[in-house]
Amino acid sequence: MFRPLPDSPEGPTVTVFVEGQPVVARDGETAASVLLRHLGTARITPVSESPRAPFCMMGCCFDCLAEIDGKGSTQSCLVPVREGMTIARQMGARKVVA
Amino acid sequence: MMIFDVAIIGAGPAGMQAACDLRRRDLSVVVLDEQPAPGGQIWRGVERNCQPGSHLAQGLGAEYRQGADVARSFRASGADYRPLSRVWQIEESSKEAMAQGWQVFVTRESQAEVIEARRILLANGAQERPVPFPGWTRPGVLTVGAAQILLKSGGLLPEGPVWICGAGPLPLLYAHQLRKLGGQIAGFLDTAPRDTLRRGLPHLNGALRDWKSLAKGLGWQAGMRLSGLRRETGVTQLRAEGGDRLERIRWQTPEGEKSATAGVLLIHEGLVPSVHPTLSLQCEHAWSDAQQSLRPVLDPWGETTRSGLFVAGDAAGIDGAKAALAKGALAAIGIARSLGVLSDARARHARVAGDRALSKARAARPLLDSLYPAPEGKIGDDTIVCRCEELTAGQIRAAARRGAADPDRVKAETRAGMGPCQGRQCGYTIARLIAEAHDMPRADVGFHNIRPPLKPVTLGELASLGKTKA
Ligand SMILES: Cc1cc2nc3c(=O)[nH]c(=O)nc-3n(C[C@H](O)[C@@H](O)[C@H](O)COP(=O)(O)OP(=O)(O)OC[C@H]3O[C@@H](n4cnc5c(N)ncnc54)[C@H](O)[C@@H]3O)c2cc1C
Ligand code: FES
Repeated sequence: MFRPLPDSPEGPTVTVFVEGQPVVARDGETAASVLLRHLGTARITPVSESPRAPFCMMGCCFDCLAEIDGKGSTQSCLVPVREGMTIARQMGARKVVA
Repeated sequence: MMIFDVAIIGAGPAGMQAACDLRRRDLSVVVLDEQPAPGGQIWRGVERNCQPGSHLAQGLGAEYRQGADVARSFRASGADYRPLSRVWQIEESSKEAMAQGWQVFVTRESQAEVIEARRILLANGAQERPVPFPGWTRPGVLTVGAAQILLKSGGLLPEGPVWICGAGPLPLLYAHQLRKLGGQIAGFLDTAPRDTLRRGLPHLNGALRDWKSLAKGLGWQAGMRLSGLRRETGVTQLRAEGGDRLERIRWQTPEGEKSATAGVLLIHEGLVPSVHPTLSLQCEHAWSDAQQSLRPVLDPWGETTRSGLFVAGDAAGIDGAKAALAKGALAAIGIARSLGVLSDARARHARVAGDRALSKARAARPLLDSLYPAPEGKIGDDTIVCRCEELTAGQIRAAARRGAADPDRVKAETRAGMGPCQGRQCGYTIARLIAEAHDMPRADVGFHNIRPPLKPVTLGELASLGKTKA
């Protein structure tokens, strides 16, 4: 769905773990961006159990809700990657207050 | 606890400009932004991307690279800049004239905190206008803005047959940036109505005051034509089909129905101001017919109907980045005046240049608004409108017909707008369906009530707030 620029700036990279698999990410990239290019989806909806993927990338659609470092219902488009970060899709219900 | 003179929400063009100007008047300023670095939408990632020799910065264009200078001045301004900080609530703590104050609730890396300030400037920008169509929740469908964010922050290009569908300056700019960076587009589906000349002509004269922007926009279009890219005009009734992934798109033109295989579909139908904070604070809002959206009612200094609360940039109405800089500068003058560090007479004098810059930056806006109106096509009953609660237009129509033309009633009956996005994706569509069901003007329907928190907060974050307060 998305690929890195062929001659993208060599800048620093980090390794994150997407559902157990190591993935190299560009420093500055978000967890949603890694999910999108690696798995193509971020969550399964609670009602109809359909797959969703990051849609707006700026915090206003909540279709990127994922589990990051074990914390569910995180808007992955607002989380920059960090060395060793674990990222997993969110299956079903969310647990937020609002 | 430190009480800042001003808390600014948003480090885009408007927020950075205001911060620099307020610091120059020696006011203490805190700037909160949920992004990891300054720049806002237009200049996202500008510091990292503008390293010498960067191919990406070249492809993003001169206007993007200009952001590096603004970010540098902002960094040097002495404002207390806090990245990765998301504001989820704003409250007035004291109404007394001498001690007027606000509390801003912020979360940074799972830790919540309260920040106190005497004045608030909302420079929180805009979002893309959500326009539902069948299949818009299918993975593979994203907004053009989202794809551009993936480019600016991750250096990513879309692949698979990539289609862009929509209207407005942003899709043209993005298509231009992709072309320069070696990205491939299968086709551009233009949803603007075909009678461009008739709609645009009355506004052309005024727009010529900003001929540089016009020339740039025409350049993007000419580039697209020269590149031989497939382009369809008068596009309506878009559908994104497939199983768990996008596979095909289908659309209608006056010549008939067409379809194509697709791996990525990028959509865009203009921008709307981000009004959730001002709605939740019960500021007065006005409906803009030209932009089909709400905006906070502001006095000439950028102050809302709640004293001490100011708005600048695209959050105050969609006018673009140059205007956002000008609005940031004007709000800084207004805030300095309201804090008594600038007399009324001096403030009036100071704003003359800002007013002129703003009016010039806005010159092309009526033309753009008339060329790229919000789509009015009927939304099919089986189309999902509320992405969070997975509700269709049919369900919302049925609820709308059952009783009064009141978005809050429809929300309570259907749960539409009650999900975590708080109606950022469905609010305007629900209002539009209510207006349609009751045959009344959109302006009269309003928007459902926005209650705090503005963004979801977890119990853990709330608990951390208790700890820091104690
Ligand atoms: C996705 C997108 C891409 C765009 N790309 C371009 C472009 O390439 N070129 C162009 O000319 N125009 C672009 N625009 C238009 C844009 O609105 C610009 O005109 C300009 O960025 C507006 O400046 P601003 O300062 O008003 O707001 P913005 O630049 O949008 O800045 C607002 C800032 O507020 C922050 N914010 C918002 N809410 C909160 C909160 N609750 N807590 C903490 N921080 C918050 C955001 O993170 C953001 O950094 C884009 C708009 C969007 C939505
Ligand atoms: S992708 Fe929309 S909120 Fe993250």
